Order: sequence, then C-alpha cells, then structure tokens
Amino acid sequence: MSLTLEQVEHIAELAKLALSDEEKARFREQLSAILDYAARLQAIDTSGIPPTATVLPMHTVLRDDVARPPMPRDDLLENAAEKEEGMFRVDVVLD
Amino acid sequence: MDDLTNLTITEAHRLLQRGEISSVELTQAHLERITALDGTIRAFLTVTAEIALQQAHAADERRRRGEDNPLLGIPLAYKDVLTTRGVETTCGSRILRGYRPPYTATAIARLEAQGAVMLGKTNMDEFAMGSSTENSAYQITRNPWDTERVPGGSSGGSAAAVAARMVPAALGTDTGGSVRQPASLCGVVGLKPSYGRVSRYGLVAFASSLDSIGPFARNVEDVALILRTIAGHDPLDSTSVDLPVPDYTAALKPDLAGVRVGVPREYFIEGMQPDAEAAVRTAISTLETLGAEVREVSLPHTDTALPVYYLIAPAEASANLARFDGMRYGPRVSTGELWRTYRETRGAGFGPEVKRRIMLGTYALSAGYYDAYYLKAQKVRTLIKQDFDEAFKIVDVIACPVSPTTAFRIGERVDDPLQMYLSDVFTLAVSLAGVCGISVPCGFDEGGLPVGLQIIGPAFGEERILHVAYAYQQVTEWHRRVPAL
Repeated sequence: MSLTLEQVEHIAELAKLALSDEEKARFREQLSAILDYAARLQAIDTSGIPPTATVLPMHTVLRDDVARPPMPRDDLLENAAEKEEGMFRVDVVLD
Repeated sequence: MDDLTNLTITEAHRLLQRGEISSVELTQAHLERITALDGTIRAFLTVTAEIALQQAHAADERRRRGEDNPLLGIPLAYKDVLTTRGVETTCGSRILRGYRPPYTATAIARLEAQGAVMLGKTNMDEFAMGSSTENSAYQITRNPWDTERVPGGSSGGSAAAVAARMVPAALGTDTGGSVRQPASLCGVVGLKPSYGRVSRYGLVAFASSLDSIGPFARNVEDVALILRTIAGHDPLDSTSVDLPVPDYTAALKPDLAGVRVGVPREYFIEGMQPDAEAAVRTAISTLETLGAEVREVSLPHTDTALPVYYLIAPAEASANLARFDGMRYGPRVSTGELWRTYRETRGAGFGPEVKRRIMLGTYALSAGYYDAYYLKAQKVRTLIKQDFDEAFKIVDVIACPVSPTTAFRIGERVDDPLQMYLSDVFTLAVSLAGVCGISVPCGFDEGGLPVGLQIIGPAFGEERILHVAYAYQQVTEWHRRVPAL
C-alpha cells in the first residue's frame, strides 16, 4: 500500500509533529514500505484468538490508600523551560 | 595488582574483602580507563567521576565498619534511559537535553543501596529505538572489537563500556533485543529478564508492555549477582510481579545432566551469516557434551514477530512519547501559540527514527486502521506466546542465535529501516512473549568479531538460562578474550 502525502500530514498532525517537506516525502516512502511488510499479518488466521495487551495474568492493581509525602514542588519545576509563581508557564490555551 | 579494570565483579569483591584493594582504587582505575579510551569508543554520555569517588569512599567506609556484600564498592554504569536523581538523563534525545530527574530508577536505587558506585550514563539509540546506537542524538559509539563497526543497540553504550573494560558491569534495557543484541555484537553477557521481573519505575517508557531492564557483565556470575539485586516487586510499578526472587547465584552449576535444550528450526534461516551460525551450532553441541538433551523444536510463528513488533512497539511508543511537549521538562520551542509550540518542540526535539516510529504507531492506532493493524498484531502476539508455551512443555530452555550477523559497519544500515530492524529478528519474539533470554559469547567470526548464543527460558525461568549459560562458560574461554584497544 502507498500512503498519500495528505495521510502523512494527517498522521503528523495527530502526533503533533512539525515535519519538513523532505521528512514528509521520506516518511511517506518508508512508512509505506514498513506497512507493506506488516500486511503479511493479514494472511494469518486469528479467528477466535484473543489479543494480548500484556503477558501478565494481572488486571487492576490497587495499593492501600495511604497518603505519602509528594515530591517537592521545586524539584518538579526545576526542569521546566518556563515557570512562574510555583507553576509551569505555558502559551495561551484559550484566547 | 596491575590491571584492576580486567577484574570481574566476583574477582574484585574477593580483593575488596581481603583489603587488598579499595573501592576508591577500583573506581579510579576505571575512571582512568574511561579517560584513556572513551574518546575513541564514546560509550558514555555522562561520566559522574565526582559522584563515583564519593560513593566509593562511602563504600570503603561501610566495608571498614564490617559490612560486606558482592556489590559494595563495585563500579557500574547505567543506560541513559534510566533516571538518576540530579544527574542528566537524556534518553539519547535532544528533547531531554539538560533534564535532571527528581528521582532515581528503582533498579539503580537497589544497586546503590548495596553500595554500587555509579561511573556514568551510557549512550543509546534515542528512546531505545534502534539496533546500532547510531540513533543517539549525541554521538556514535564504536564497537571495541572493531571501531569501524557498531556496538549494536539500543544499549550499545553499556555493552561497549563493559567489553572495553571501562566498567565491569552495566544496566541496559531490552524492549525487542536491546540488551541481548549489543551483548552479542560486543562479546559480553547480557540478560533480558521476564517481563515484570524487574521494576520499570524510572525507566523512561518506550513500549510499556515490552520494556525490561537487564544487566551486562563479562561473565554469568556477575549477571546473576546484579539480577538478584534488581529483581522483585516494587510498589511503584504495578506491573512488577510479586513473586519471590531466587538466589540466582545458587542456580549456577557446571553440569547439564537432564537439562532439555530445544533448538528451534525457524531460527536457522537463509541470510544467517554462515560462520556465525557455525559458532552457534558448535556451542549447542558443547551443551550436549555437558549432559544436556538437545532436540529440535518448532516456534511456527517466528516470522511474524518482526511485523507484530513494529506495530505494537511503535503504537505504545506514540502514546508514551506524547508527554514530551516542552512544558514540564526539556527544551521548548516557544511560538506564543500552544499547539504550534507542541509541534515545533517535538519536530525539533525528536530524531528521525523516533519520528518514524511515532508516525507508524499513530497510524496503527488511528481511526479506521486500529483493527487491521494494532488489534491484528495483538492477536498474532498471542500466537507467538503460545508457541513458547508449547515449546516449554517439552524442553527446559531454547538455544539459538542472537542476531543473524556479527557487528555491521557504521552507516551501513542507517538509511534502510527494514534492514536495520532485521538485526533483531531473533530477539523480538522473546520480548513479545514476555519470556527471558540471555546472550553469552560463543565464538568469533572469520573477521574476529564476537558471536552470541541466545538461551531462552520461560517466564520467570531466569535460573534455568543462567544455569545453562554458566555451565557453558565453565568449559569455554570466549568470554575471557579482551579486545585490543
């Protein structure tokens, strides 16, 4: 199968990735080749086979509801590109 | 003692116990070797010399007070995907340049509690995506056996550092082969534990249903010592399984009487490098001379592992890597408009392979394609797991190659993703099934490059693979060879 340029742009937008024209062209070609390769799975009969999301025989794991001291706020803010008054500063979300 | 850097952990421990060397001396010797060699090998992204010497002093002090354990005062290195409080952790990516985590990964914290000394953080393919370590945003790591060749990946820095005697052991991570394949290409021992055996807390997530942390060392005893320390339940990782941790060193016995070894016919394929295959076959014969019963087995869905992996792992990665948006950590490309800031930050911060996989995973999960790609891959994953379940009803372990070729040339596969992905063709199924595997050196090819033997065990069957690998090392010398540097 061959992805169109529009499909590549749509995926990039879903993934919030700015791509150059050169990257779009390259990914279009490379992703098409990888998806062609993956298409061989369609030939395998999986009727009645459940999907495996995790190999562990476990589901929801609960711990006791005990309060613990959180990581210090300053530690968590230390890596932020911009911060203000103990908060992460981000660009305007709503006008 | 003329060469402290050639000691295994077990040997160094003996000398530390007797007071013949100190941890500070041992640490300094390794730091000097890093200074001498790492300009060429480039295994380390960060060398934490100051922390190392502080920790070595502390370890010597603990020993003076009568404490003892095999890791007290032993230098180690950690793949840069594992968080280290206050020490830069980049995952080999520009998007985490300068990131100093506020917490330390559980596996490292457990080693440090025993008194292990951190020499530094090792190079890797960006976010552990790759098979050659060439996808690092920072530097190319070279194979100590031939510096024109790759060390394998994605834990190539850890493997190369251990092979070059810059550190006796190191941690890596294995999502589809990233411990076993570089161990094979660098001629060291590398173990991928069963999924859930080692806490992933502090392992920056790539593919959460596959990621596991495993040790590299130059012999099986040392790998067992580290595994024993890092394994076990952690309340901070709900996928770490609450099963008792055996003393893995007690499983190390020299004979293999009664051990049933399966050889999967699907792992001896066209395209396998002939001299590497010959080395693996000879190694399997050696297991037989040690008393093992060798028989052929079949893992019929082996050839589906590659496409299944390259749908599931990128799908999980595309979700996990959504967190890198420049808001809480990492460099931000500010545009004044939030959505554009996200796009530009991610576009500038991620390298080509990571972008490729985010794109692939996003596509596989997107509306209209989910059933055909992601769900289909998860169903075939069930079949792959059932292959191993069936095989382990009739054999105790499985023996096969780690990778179809020995170390390839730098640059040879970077422009051909599918060709690069093929170097993991023998390691992916183990990861998808969640079972355990170890790579042990089993010879050299005609060009003098190391070959690895993979021994696979069932989930939580690490004792079995360590036993077989140990017995093999008792009668072979491959793991004692030192690259000329």
